[in-house]
Amino acid sequence: MNRAVIDLWVGVFVALGLAALLFLALKVGNLSSTDVGQTYSLQAHFDNIGGLKVRAPVKSAGVVVGRVGEIRFDPETYTAKVAMQIDTRYQFPRDTFATINTSGLLGEQYVGFEVGGDPDMLKAGEVIKKTQSAMVLEKLISQFMFSKAAEDEGKK
Amino acid sequence: MSAADVLRRLGRALTDRLWRLGFASRFMLMTLLYSGTALKRFQLTMREIYFTGVLSLIIILVSGLFVGMVLGLQGYDTLQRYGSSEALGVLVALSLVRELGPVVAALLFASRAGSAITAEIGLMKATEQLSAMEMMAVNPIARVVAPRFWAGVISMPLLAGLFSAMGVLGGYLVGVQLIGVDEGAFWSQMQAAVDFRQDIMNGVIKSFVFGVIVSWIAVFEGYDADPTAEGVSRATTRTVVTSSLAILAADFVLTAFMFRGI
Repeated sequence: MNRAVIDLWVGVFVALGLAALLFLALKVGNLSSTDVGQTYSLQAHFDNIGGLKVRAPVKSAGVVVGRVGEIRFDPETYTAKVAMQIDTRYQFPRDTFATINTSGLLGEQYVGFEVGGDPDMLKAGEVIKKTQSAMVLEKLISQFMFSKAAEDEGKK
Repeated sequence: MSAADVLRRLGRALTDRLWRLGFASRFMLMTLLYSGTALKRFQLTMREIYFTGVLSLIIILVSGLFVGMVLGLQGYDTLQRYGSSEALGVLVALSLVRELGPVVAALLFASRAGSAITAEIGLMKATEQLSAMEMMAVNPIARVVAPRFWAGVISMPLLAGLFSAMGVLGGYLVGVQLIGVDEGAFWSQMQAAVDFRQDIMNGVIKSFVFGVIVSWIAVFEGYDADPTAEGVSRATTRTVVTSSLAILAADFVLTAFMFRGI
């Protein structure tokens, strides 16, 4: 086996390997999708975040506009403090309503922005005032059970 | 046999193992110290990349394709019960990129290339080629061991990447072309779920660590082999067994650090 042939094959091997890694990065992974470049931070307090996780998407009108950056428990107000990194291309009015939604019945949870009509926009680091907690399935079921029981009592 | 004999034997077993581990560590250190030649005269390493990397291509590509196709079939069978067969792409890609790609490629690499390295170095020792090199003032660690070590370390991540890529293609072939899962959902859900840094880079780091482990064990077992036909055969077996166990154990430790589901 002479040197030129070995060099050629090693070159082919390395090129193939790098092509495979590139394929994984671009076609399989999300490197190509516009993974939020410049961001600014917004905060929101929720009574209950349910199963929200760090890096969960922030969506407005169903479009991903940012990601959840950090989730902490605030010991003064006893609420969950959620910091979100929002794409700088998007601005939201001050009276934006932040809710925690679930995609599908059992899907992952995300933060949804429902846009208000305030002419002033939220600036970096500001807190969203109006929030709605996650829907907890157990609570809904127990509410339903109690109301059903109350109805039955009324019939008697 | 008295109690003291039993204890003595236990003590000997432990000190022997510790001594061997220490020897292996010093050997690794020497290999790294004398790596200058292997990296400066890169032709030496190129030759070994040909023997360890290029010649392992066929087994890696074919096994990757089949593993991906099996994942496609089995994953579809389970997912369609929950009406979420579109998540097939996510299942195939995540299991390949995070676990199966690095681990199975490393196991195949250990049995395909690691055993060959051990047998080669062991035979060189048995036929006193290593001693002959020392007589000519050529350092066998720099000339024989280091190029093989680095070739393994360089080849492993590339082979693991190829394995994962072929696996994803295999899953695509079975899932989309054969069964008829929607093509757009297959790719888009996969791209939404697979993170470049969290999943792909961690997979590459894993395969790099496995490359170091397999190459280290292979060159050490060869260098440490008894210089007889039986010794070389036993060293080759030990390479495959030890590196397979080490890969799986290291995989558990790395996974525990990387994916704790925050």
